[in-house]
Amino acid sequence: MSSRDHILREVRRSLPADAPLPSLDRQWTRYEDPHAQFFEILRGVGGAGRIVAGEQQLREEIDRVIAAIGAKQICSVIPEATAGNVDIAAIEDPHDLASVDLAILPGELAVAENAAVWVNGARVRQRVAYFLSQHVVLVIPHERIASNMHEAYAWLQQSADGGSPFGETTWGTFMSGPSKTADIEQALVIGAHGARSLHVFFTKP
Amino acid sequence: MQTQEHPSAADAFVADDAHAHWHDQALWFIRAKRDKCAHGLPEWEELRELAAQIKQHTIARLGDYLEQFERNATRLGAVVHWARDAAEHNAIVLKLLQERSVRRLVKSKSMLTEECGLNPFLEQHGIEVTDTDLGEWIVQLRHEHPSHIVLPAIHIKKEDVGELFHRELGTEKGATDPAYLTEAARHRLREKFLAAEAGLTGVNFGIAETGGFVVCTNEGNSDLGTSLPPIHIASMGIEKLIPRLDDMGVFLRLLARSATGQPITAYSTHYHGPRPGCELHIVLVDNGRTKLLASEEFRNSLRCIRCGACLNTCPVYRRSGGHSYGVSVAGPIGSIVNPSRDPEKHRSLPFACTLCGSCADVCPVKIDLPNQLLSWRKRIADLGLIEPSKRRLMRLAGRILSTPRLYAFAGKAGRTLLRFAPRWVVYNRFNPWGRQREMPLPPKESFRQWHSRQSRDDKPSSS
Repeated sequence: MSSRDHILREVRRSLPADAPLPSLDRQWTRYEDPHAQFFEILRGVGGAGRIVAGEQQLREEIDRVIAAIGAKQICSVIPEATAGNVDIAAIEDPHDLASVDLAILPGELAVAENAAVWVNGARVRQRVAYFLSQHVVLVIPHERIASNMHEAYAWLQQSADGGSPFGETTWGTFMSGPSKTADIEQALVIGAHGARSLHVFFTKP
Repeated sequence: MQTQEHPSAADAFVADDAHAHWHDQALWFIRAKRDKCAHGLPEWEELRELAAQIKQHTIARLGDYLEQFERNATRLGAVVHWARDAAEHNAIVLKLLQERSVRRLVKSKSMLTEECGLNPFLEQHGIEVTDTDLGEWIVQLRHEHPSHIVLPAIHIKKEDVGELFHRELGTEKGATDPAYLTEAARHRLREKFLAAEAGLTGVNFGIAETGGFVVCTNEGNSDLGTSLPPIHIASMGIEKLIPRLDDMGVFLRLLARSATGQPITAYSTHYHGPRPGCELHIVLVDNGRTKLLASEEFRNSLRCIRCGACLNTCPVYRRSGGHSYGVSVAGPIGSIVNPSRDPEKHRSLPFACTLCGSCADVCPVKIDLPNQLLSWRKRIADLGLIEPSKRRLMRLAGRILSTPRLYAFAGKAGRTLLRFAPRWVVYNRFNPWGRQREMPLPPKESFRQWHSRQSRDDKPSSS
């Protein structure tokens, strides 16, 4: 008997009585000003950001980030933010992104309760750009924000329009703040393996 | 197989009093952060109840959900493997690596591969394995095992990390600054990520409805390890399933808040099929889980999402350290799941517990840990596995407690002994309690004496 059949037989031999699957349709906490909640939590997890009105303001903020970290190699998927000098669309091997200082990438949805931003491969061919770049900026349309994780998953399903919320992209990540660790005596250190800093900008027209 | 008793295994940890105290306080601080997070969400208790119900439902239909998961994962382009035990899991992973001539593997945190002893097995076969979670890497460089499922290096002092990194990475001698040491590790591990030919991760949640799975980290190591090399192997215990994508909302709200008092981990990645042109393999592992499932008493421990909250709150774990348990998953939950694999080897673990119940209060999936620990004690006694000294003592205690005159005499003898006997009579090797503590000062009279005196005194007024 194959291991698969053996395990399934053992599992089915000892199942407990059926228990109902609960509905998740409840009154979850919602925020009157989800952006304010988002930024408060984002600061708490070591990130930064703001709401920007118009492309001009976005460009100013991006320039400030570039200057602050002294970024040389910049990969931008948001042309209205900055042009950048690493063309991710031309990159075949993800290892070629190893020297990127700053990546300016799209976020699909923000979540107010935990400052998470949903990112996926819809517009970024090499997912490693989100993780390997020394610093990351996420740009999200102002209205794309959910109060809590239940709303976030509902949005994912809805935007898939009956298809898979992952579509062709094969992955998606909730990113909340920069990479961090506290593995040495519980001292919080920002910038473990992934982004050393994470900025989130919501864009208003 | 060697049986090591928890109390003697804790000796070395307890001997460093200052560090043991730090360990206790550090974990209690995390428990306090968890409380703050939990109290910040009005629906916290509702979430715990839902999580328990979802897991209970999944366990009751585990066969169907496993098949559904396999079907959907395969449809997404992943290859699903099944392993009955640790040896089979390790053999599957080795074969995948050897067939592709992989010599360098980066791993992100996976307690399952710890449980299976994957690292030494692969190393024996000439494959370089690098644990990329900082804590796990430190532990690996020290040729040790994680002492905590979420905080693998919580038992290590920064001075020791400094010494280790000086030797291994050439950091400055005597350097102990965590930021400096972490930066050094970042550089070395980036080289490892970029040179890796395959990446292996654990799995936090498998989603039956979509065939995808979710991995949560704060460092981003699993994302780097799976976005660069062309092969991703995911090792997953069969109990990790949840039915729907929407259920992730409940579990991601609970996991990091319970684990470290964070609103969510920095990275919660949902893997759905391989990257274009790459491979994704999922190894579903039993290794004793169906045995737990078959046990009516202990099966609800399969709900566990490995957040570590029960470890952080446990007064015994905090004061004895994870290594004293001698297993990959320590603490209250480990003291339940490990004896089910080998009751003789792990017979002392259910006794490493004060039955205070704190673990049950914080468990996000409402496992009745103290009840199960108590049940294990009974089971271990029934199996005749209690050590002779404890057994004799229990029998003696049983006699005394069931014989009123003996009980009265023993109480009196105890009160007299503690008050008047020379110190060496009370504090010696037969009294392990007295090794680090003073015995309580005995009361002048027993409850019985007090009671009969009260009723004597009461008589005049009532008559």
